[in-house]
Amino acid sequence: MRHLLSIEETPKEKIEEILSTAKGFLEISRRPIKKVPVLRGKTVVNLFFEPSTRTRSSFEIAAKRLSADVMNFSASVSSVRKGESLKDTVLNLEAMKTDLIVIRHPSPGAARFLTTFCRSAVINAGDGAHEHPTQALLDALTVLEHKGRLDGMKVVIVGDILHSRVARSDLFLFHKMGSSVVLSGPPTLLPPYFKALPAEVEYDLDRAVDGADVVIMLRLQMERMKGGFLPSLREYRARYQLTGERLSRMKPDGIVMHPGPINRGIELSHEVADSPRSVILDQVEKGVAVRMAVLSLLLGGEA
Amino acid sequence: MRILLKGGRVVSPQNKINTVADILIEDGEVKEIGKVNCGDCREYDLSGKYVFPGLIDMHVHFREPGREDAEDIASGSQAAAKGGFVAVAMMPNTSPPIDDPLRVRFVVEKARSAKVFVFPVGAFTKGRRGEELTEMALMAEEGAIAFSDDGLPVSNPLVLRRGLEYLLALDLPYLSHAEDLKLSQDGFVNETPFTAKLGLRGRPWVSEAVAISRDLLIAEFVGAKVHLQHISTKRGLELVAEAKERGVRVSCEVTPHHLLLDETYVSSFDPNFKMNPPLRSPEDREALVKGLREGLIDAIATDHAPHTYDDKEVEFDAAPFGVVGLETAVSLIWDKFVRRRVISPKRFAELLSVNPAKILGLRGFGKIEKGYPAHITVIDPKKEVVVDRDKFASKSRNTPFHGWKLRGAAVMTMVEGEVVSESF
Ligand SMILES: [Zn+2]
Repeated sequence: MRHLLSIEETPKEKIEEILSTAKGFLEISRRPIKKVPVLRGKTVVNLFFEPSTRTRSSFEIAAKRLSADVMNFSASVSSVRKGESLKDTVLNLEAMKTDLIVIRHPSPGAARFLTTFCRSAVINAGDGAHEHPTQALLDALTVLEHKGRLDGMKVVIVGDILHSRVARSDLFLFHKMGSSVVLSGPPTLLPPYFKALPAEVEYDLDRAVDGADVVIMLRLQMERMKGGFLPSLREYRARYQLTGERLSRMKPDGIVMHPGPINRGIELSHEVADSPRSVILDQVEKGVAVRMAVLSLLLGGEA
Repeated sequence: MRILLKGGRVVSPQNKINTVADILIEDGEVKEIGKVNCGDCREYDLSGKYVFPGLIDMHVHFREPGREDAEDIASGSQAAAKGGFVAVAMMPNTSPPIDDPLRVRFVVEKARSAKVFVFPVGAFTKGRRGEELTEMALMAEEGAIAFSDDGLPVSNPLVLRRGLEYLLALDLPYLSHAEDLKLSQDGFVNETPFTAKLGLRGRPWVSEAVAISRDLLIAEFVGAKVHLQHISTKRGLELVAEAKERGVRVSCEVTPHHLLLDETYVSSFDPNFKMNPPLRSPEDREALVKGLREGLIDAIATDHAPHTYDDKEVEFDAAPFGVVGLETAVSLIWDKFVRRRVISPKRFAELLSVNPAKILGLRGFGKIEKGYPAHITVIDPKKEVVVDRDKFASKSRNTPFHGWKLRGAAVMTMVEGEVVSESF
C-alpha cells in the first residue's frame, strides 16, 4: 500500500491488516510512556484546506507517538486559488523532503490528484463529499471493540448522506466486511438511487433503527436550510433526531456513533448523547490508533 | 496548378457518388470526376483511400479574443486542417464575446489568413446574458452564419421565443446549448448511483431533457428552426425523435466523446474527463450510438474546447469544462464506428460534411461535384495512429484520448484546391 485514498478501493485484507495493527497501537497509547520510535526521522505534513481541529490533532498525535516530525499547514481554498495552485503548494512542501502528506481538501479527488505528481505517500483525510477513509477505519475499530466482530450486523447511517464523505467511507467499509448498511435521512439529502451503492434506503428513522447493532449519526450542516434541502431545523429534529425512544428500538447492546463534532439537540438528544450506549469518545481514542497504524504501514515502519 | 486525385473511392452522398474515380482539380475547383488522365498534373495516388467532401466541424471554441494562450484562430485552424476539417463554426463565447458586428468582423478578418474556413457564430444575446437580442442582421452581414449563446442556455423562454421569431426573417439557424441551469446546480458530473460514490455534485440528465423539450416546444410554436448542440442523453434524443415525427424543424449533433466515453471514466478524477454536458451513463452512450446508426443524429461535432495545461492541472471541481477534439475526431469515428460497420462511409460523409453544410447553410460545401469548390478530405482507412497530445497542432492538449491506438486517419485536407495538410 503506497497511499490511502479511499475505502472503496482498499481490499478487505488490507482493512483487516490496518485494524489489527491499530489494536497493537491502542496498547501503546494506554501506556504511561506513549512513544515508539517507529517513524523516527520521517517527516509528516498535515495539509489542511478545511478547518478541522479534531482530525488534524488526531493525525498529529498519531505521528508524534510514532516519533515522526510533524508540520502543520493550514490554508483556505479561496486564498490558495487566488495565488498558488494546489500542485505548486504541494511541490513546495515536498521540496523540504517530506515523507507523507495528510490532506484534507474540499474537492473530491484532491488526494488522488496529489498522487499524480508527488513522491510522498498520501493519506486522504477527507476530500469533499467523496471519502474519509481513516474515519471509517476508526469507526470499524470502535465497533470491533464493542461488538467483537464486523460482519453480520445491521449498521444504520443517518442524516445528510448526500454531502457526507463519512457516510460513503463507512458504507463501503461495513459492506466489505459483511454487514448490511441502511441509510436514513430526508430524500433531498438521500436520493433514492443511493440504494445502488450498495445499501438499503429507509426514510422512516423508526423503522431504520429497528434492531440495529450500530447507528452512525452524521453532523447536519446548518446551511442545508438555505439550499432548499430542508424546511426547518425543528422538522429535521422531529424526523431524524436519535431520541431515547428510538434508541430503545435498537438491539439492547446496540451502540451509537458520531464523527463529531455533534450538534447537541439536533442529531442526538442530550439523553442519547450522554448515554453509555453512545461511544463517541471511544471513537476519538480509536482514531489515534488507526492513524498510527496507517502511518506506520505506509511508511514501512514496523509495528 | 492542376491536381489529380487518382483512384480513391469517392463518397459524395448528395450527388449520389460512391465509386472509385479520379478527380481533376484546377483553379480551386473540381473540373472532372471519373476516369481522368493528366500529363502535367501533380498526381496523388489514392488507391485504397476514401475521398470525402471536405469535413466540417460545426462546433469549435477558438479562444481568440481573450485566451490566445489556449488557442487562437491560427492554431485552431491548423488543428482543424490536420484533423481533416476544411471548415469550422466558431462559437462566440470568447472574451469579450462575439456579440456585435465589429467583433464578427474581427473574426472574419483573422480567419482570412487561416488554413481552413472559420465561420463565426454570433452570440444570440448581448454579453450572452440571455436578456437582450444581439444585432443579428448586422452580424449576419459581417459574416455570422448562425447564432448561439453556447456554453450557456437562453434561460428566459420569452427571450428565446423573440429571438427565434426574429431569426425567421434572416433564415439563419439557432444553435441551442440545451440545459436548465437551475437543475444543473453547478454540478460537475452526471448524477447517478455511480457518480454518487465520487461525492461530486451532479448535473443530471433531466437538466438537458427539460431544456430540450422547452426549446422544441418554443421552436414548434414559432415555426423556427433549431439545432441542438452536443446532445448527451437518451431522454434528450427521444424528445428529438418525437419532435422530428411531429415535423418540428430540428436537427442535432453529438460529440465523439459522448459517443465513446461514459461516466465511469470520471472515477479517475482526471479533469480531462470533465466536460459539459458531462459524460453520461453507459445506457445514454448506447442510445447515442443507436441514434448515430439509425439516422436520428444529424451531425458529429467535436465541441473542441481547448484549455491550457495549467488550467486543467488542478482539482477536478476547479478545472474548466471541455476537451479538445479536432485532431482526434476523424480517427475515433472511423475506427470505432466505420471500421466496425456501425455506420457506412456514406453516413460518415453525411454526419461530418453533408449535414453540417446543410444545417449551417454553407454553400459550396458538403459535395464533390464538377464546378464546385474543391474542399476535400482524404481518409486512409488502414493508417494506424496513436493519439499523442504532445504532437497536437492545437495549443492545448486536454484530450481524454491520449494513448488510444486507432486505425483510420485523415491524410489530406484540401481547401479550395489547396492542400492545407498532408500526412500520407
Ligand atoms: Zn455547449
